[in-house]
Amino acid sequence: MFDYMTLRLIWWAILGVLLVGFAILDGFDIGVAMLHPFVARNDTQRRVTLNTIGPVWEGNQVWFILGGGAVFAAWPPLYAVSFSGFYLAMLLVLIGLILRPVAITFRDKRPESGWRETWDWLFFVSGFVPALIFGVAFGNLLQGVPFHFDQALRATYEGGLLGLLNPFALLCGLVSVAMLTMQGAAWLSVKSEGEVSVRARRSGALAALLLVLLISAAGLWTMLGVEGFRIDGVIEHAGPSNPLAKSVTREAGAWLDNYRAYPWMIAAPALAYTGALVAALAFAFSAGRIAFLASSLSVSGVATMAGFSMFPFLLPSSTHPSQSLTVWDASSSKATLSLMLIAVIVFLPIVLAYTSWVYYVLRGAVSEAAIRRGDDYYY
Amino acid sequence: MFEFDVVTLSRLQFALTAMYHFLFVPLTLGLALLLAIMESVYVMTGRKVWKEATQFWGTLFGINFAMGVATGVTMEFQFGTNWAYYSHYVGDIFGAPLAIEGLMAFFLEATFVGLFFFGWNRLSKVQHLIVTWLVALGANFSALWILVANAWMQNPVGAAFNPQTMRMELTSFTEVLFNPVAQSKFVHTVSAGYVTGAMFVLSIGAYYILRRRHVDIARRSLTVAASFGLASALSVVVLGDESGYTAGENQKMKIAAIEAMWETEPPPASFTLFGIPDLKSETTKYEIKIPWVLGLIATRSLDKPVEGVKALVERSEERIRNGMAGYQWLAKEGGHPNAAVPPELEASMRDVGHSLLVKRIRPDIENATDTQIHEAALSTIPDVPVLFWSFRIMVALGFYFIALFAVAFYLSSRRRCGNPWFLRMTMYSLPLPWVAAELGWIVAEYGRQPWIIDATMPTFLGVSNIPASNVAASLAAFVLFYSALAVVDVALIVKYVRIGPREEAEPQRSGAPVLPAPSPAQTR
Repeated sequence: MFDYMTLRLIWWAILGVLLVGFAILDGFDIGVAMLHPFVARNDTQRRVTLNTIGPVWEGNQVWFILGGGAVFAAWPPLYAVSFSGFYLAMLLVLIGLILRPVAITFRDKRPESGWRETWDWLFFVSGFVPALIFGVAFGNLLQGVPFHFDQALRATYEGGLLGLLNPFALLCGLVSVAMLTMQGAAWLSVKSEGEVSVRARRSGALAALLLVLLISAAGLWTMLGVEGFRIDGVIEHAGPSNPLAKSVTREAGAWLDNYRAYPWMIAAPALAYTGALVAALAFAFSAGRIAFLASSLSVSGVATMAGFSMFPFLLPSSTHPSQSLTVWDASSSKATLSLMLIAVIVFLPIVLAYTSWVYYVLRGAVSEAAIRRGDDYYY
Repeated sequence: MFEFDVVTLSRLQFALTAMYHFLFVPLTLGLALLLAIMESVYVMTGRKVWKEATQFWGTLFGINFAMGVATGVTMEFQFGTNWAYYSHYVGDIFGAPLAIEGLMAFFLEATFVGLFFFGWNRLSKVQHLIVTWLVALGANFSALWILVANAWMQNPVGAAFNPQTMRMELTSFTEVLFNPVAQSKFVHTVSAGYVTGAMFVLSIGAYYILRRRHVDIARRSLTVAASFGLASALSVVVLGDESGYTAGENQKMKIAAIEAMWETEPPPASFTLFGIPDLKSETTKYEIKIPWVLGLIATRSLDKPVEGVKALVERSEERIRNGMAGYQWLAKEGGHPNAAVPPELEASMRDVGHSLLVKRIRPDIENATDTQIHEAALSTIPDVPVLFWSFRIMVALGFYFIALFAVAFYLSSRRRCGNPWFLRMTMYSLPLPWVAAELGWIVAEYGRQPWIIDATMPTFLGVSNIPASNVAASLAAFVLFYSALAVVDVALIVKYVRIGPREEAEPQRSGAPVLPAPSPAQTR
């Protein structure tokens, strides 16, 4: 169907699509979780925020699960090194992801306020911890992480959890928290009414403006302070997936190479900025749908921006730069990439079709009055 | 003997999280289908009692489903976090079914499960019924793909080792998909899920009838569960036999260990009904045997032998020696961009997996002594007593389920659901399907040892290169966290069973469990 190089490129794009899908859809669930204890101040309001995401969060979480599965299937070395290298960080993400379904499902099952308050805060944790760690992980990707391989391609990672929490990575973590808070607020401003939506819009405008500041800071830092990576010499695009056969140099500002070579890539940061600013305005003028659209575009811009900067690197090694994982030497075999591409071409449109239908069926806002009447709401 | 290194801790953690995850999976599989059946009856007859039944079992389904989703994420992550070298080595094949599961099955199940709970008044009856069926379909497809992945570990077909990338790579996806082990495993496992769902409904229904509460819903649920359960219990045993046959074809050591069969018997081999396997003397004491049965199960013939443990160990020893040349070539040439296996080494390459068993004993395997090679060959024997008993208890439970559901089916077809002795027995049988399902996984996975991929990669090589303290920390976190969740989960299910179905619509009080009340438009 396609040659090996094209397949690798397509799979890099698919990885981006899954990441963007996750950030837009599961992103608002995470954002709602972070806003939940603050924008909703009594039991009815908290049931409003929960029921806005109640029917859809499970489907949204599959974007994340599928992202993990796609990395496993299409980029096995990346999956192996990143998941084992970020071991304790992954454990924290996992605990967040386990807490979320449980918090949503268990909260309403007992009437005591202590019980509900506990699950409300655990719900907040289930959003905040993964949001922060995803950003921190990306911050570390940009700086490179300390790993190397032996001849049998067994990876050794020489850092711990504390090594991940450096200033630049924490800044990226805040970018992620602000971005997903904005996304959650946009969802709430569409799907809720009254006090909850007023507070959500205020938080959303604040988060959008913070996001603009934070991505500017992270961008400047990447330009001036972060040593990027660059492949030297002739690149073998269709060689065997073995990351030991190239040489790589590091240089401050190398992450901007792609933008110099392909000026159209500037569209990604432009989208990130414009989206956030339009979202801030839309929040101010109570235009919920526009806010959600603009916020989603901004989120896509931020994710794409990180991908464009790093291309073709997937996971650079700070200790052995030449062993970094790239699009050209850390993929699955041609057979697997082809097969998985067929699966994506067949099933992803179907998934998008029925997902849209489900959202259409569930259209309309969740009001406090309806929650009090109890019709139609499960949580 | 038992040291807490990364391998042991990672295996413990995998066993714990997988078995915990599988407390929720079979109930999701079975209950999803039962919900779809009950709702179909509601749509066909238009009788509200069936809708109430669907909604009541749906509430319990929801609690269970959340736990299943939550613990399933752990499983997918764990290959990367704790089994990184395994992930690198076989991700090319093993990752694909996991990704397709997300794309084709889990999306379907998870997207529509929300609509099941929230869509009662937003959808027409038929639309809602379709949603429920799609959830059930998604759950079953999930199981298919996960079991395709697991079956590949038991019987790694359709793949070949590539010395340039130092990993296994896909050669034929159809072989992976139509792996005979995958097919028999899939139908056996989902049937076990159906039995679990049916037993859950049957037991709780029995409890209501004993208490003379919600008798209408309980009786109807009982009828559905009895017939569905009988069909499922029969198919679990029949398809389990099929699984045994495919294992007999592909995993001879597993069968020999399950049977505690030390010596190869003249065909047709007999089935040991009872015995005390003794590892030291490599004999089984106090055997009670049924002639011919094992030969039929494992070979479908009267003239093919079923090989014993000792003969298989000898064969492993040969393979360890055979693989040495291939291993040495790989240590020298592997990983070069144009490495290609010399033709004279191809036979040896097939046995490199066996040679790797020696690595546990000494890292420089090419210098292993005869004693060490023999020790490595002995390590191919799985834990005989554990497999022997797990298998027998599982099979006994399988036959017990057939009997129980047959009686339930007979009584319910005669409209005589009131026999208190039988109802009590049904109620107390509630945990048994879970016991059988977990034992089944012990036979499947513990019986695969010492391999993580049968005859290809030893388990101890598959782990991540991480400090044992990290795994100890995560294991402790899982034990604490999962125990707390289990307590809450069971308490909630008990609470909702005690409350029982809501048999008439009443205005929603804040704080009470929210089940959507039917709107006038719905009750035509």
